[in-house]
Amino acid sequence: MLSFTPAETTAILLSLKVAATASLASLPAGIAVGWLLARRRFFGKELLDALVHLPLVLPPVVVGYALLVWLGHNGVLGRFLHEHVGISFAFRWTGAALASAIMGFPLVVRAIRLSIEAVDRRLEQAASTLGASPLRVFFTVTLPLAWPGVVAGAVLGFAKALGEFGATITFVSNIPGETQTLASAIYGLMQVPGGEAGIWRLAAVAIAISLAALLASEWLVRRQRGRERD
Amino acid sequence: MLDIDILLRRGQFERQVRIVEDARVLALTGASGAGKTTVLNAIAGLVRPVSGRIAIDGRILFDSAARIDLATHRRRIGYVFQDARLFPHRDVRANLLYGRHGQRGDGRAFALDAVVDLLGIGHLLQRHPGNLSGGEAQRVAIGRALLSQPAILLFDEPLSALDQARREELIPYLQRVRDEIALPMVYVSHTEDDVRRLAHVVHALA
Repeated sequence: MLSFTPAETTAILLSLKVAATASLASLPAGIAVGWLLARRRFFGKELLDALVHLPLVLPPVVVGYALLVWLGHNGVLGRFLHEHVGISFAFRWTGAALASAIMGFPLVVRAIRLSIEAVDRRLEQAASTLGASPLRVFFTVTLPLAWPGVVAGAVLGFAKALGEFGATITFVSNIPGETQTLASAIYGLMQVPGGEAGIWRLAAVAIAISLAALLASEWLVRRQRGRERD
Repeated sequence: MLDIDILLRRGQFERQVRIVEDARVLALTGASGAGKTTVLNAIAGLVRPVSGRIAIDGRILFDSAARIDLATHRRRIGYVFQDARLFPHRDVRANLLYGRHGQRGDGRAFALDAVVDLLGIGHLLQRHPGNLSGGEAQRVAIGRALLSQPAILLFDEPLSALDQARREELIPYLQRVRDEIALPMVYVSHTEDDVRRLAHVVHALA
């Protein structure tokens, strides 16, 4: 059986917390941007699309450094948020969640955008002839019908956040108990002699959680489709 | 009742459509491509005319000169589409009640029970749209349109997706809606038989 050291357990639980927070927190923005890209035509749409996809192709260390510069203790935005909103990201687990949310955002948006594009516009038109405002059409027709894609996006965001390393370690470092996630714990173990056993244990956990998340999303999507057919 | 004078653009072509009719049930006919559905969509606000004016019983829905263009959801249109367009994620009852959102109890011309009786759809209420026949789906769509308390009913070839037997089944319901409900109706069809059996006045689009 696997038995974990306290430090490993802490890293696993922290990773789950960071990934769940990153995934859930990116959903509202992911739904909004996905809808904009799927349903609206506006000036600068190509630019928005490119910006959203940027984390997919940028070196993660660049994203991490940008976050450090803007949201660190001395960053303009970081100081403002700390003093006026009471949120601080630098060297905290919230920073790890933010970094991995940004890195996973392209995947979240893509899944949601595709599922919104697949919603039959004629149903949205029918809803508006029945007196539903655009907002009500969105929440009662578009979003429920796009729901499998939203779930898929959330799970992809979760899985991506679980695996995020470069941006996170650049922005919030590798502090046990605060910012040391699964990935950075494995990296840490690689730096010391005799860490192989721990690396294997954590790698197994990473594989198991990621696989479970992807299977769960597939199952949720199938269940939803089945329900609609009834 | 119906006062339409609009310029419509479809692709490269522009077409002037003028319909001024006092009859309560008006059929719009014309060859396919004559723009019948486009006229209904313009009334519903799903298509914006280049210019002109649309009024129903004196209520202005669109007037390019006065810069009036009511949003679809404010037009009080009961639109029955060719392809029913029931919401697949809601059962029949929830589909019927969809349009009643935000309406006060009094002042409603149509109540659920009365509409369900009129259209004979009581046994379908718990069903999902996916397993309704074409004729049943159209009856539910008509009920859903009525329950949104519209000021006018628009029918876009509601029989065209049905086989002959199902048409014969649905026509009496359409006649009941026409006779028992005092609403203006615009009925688009290219089938002379339906038109003769349902409409008071026929307006042919050239």
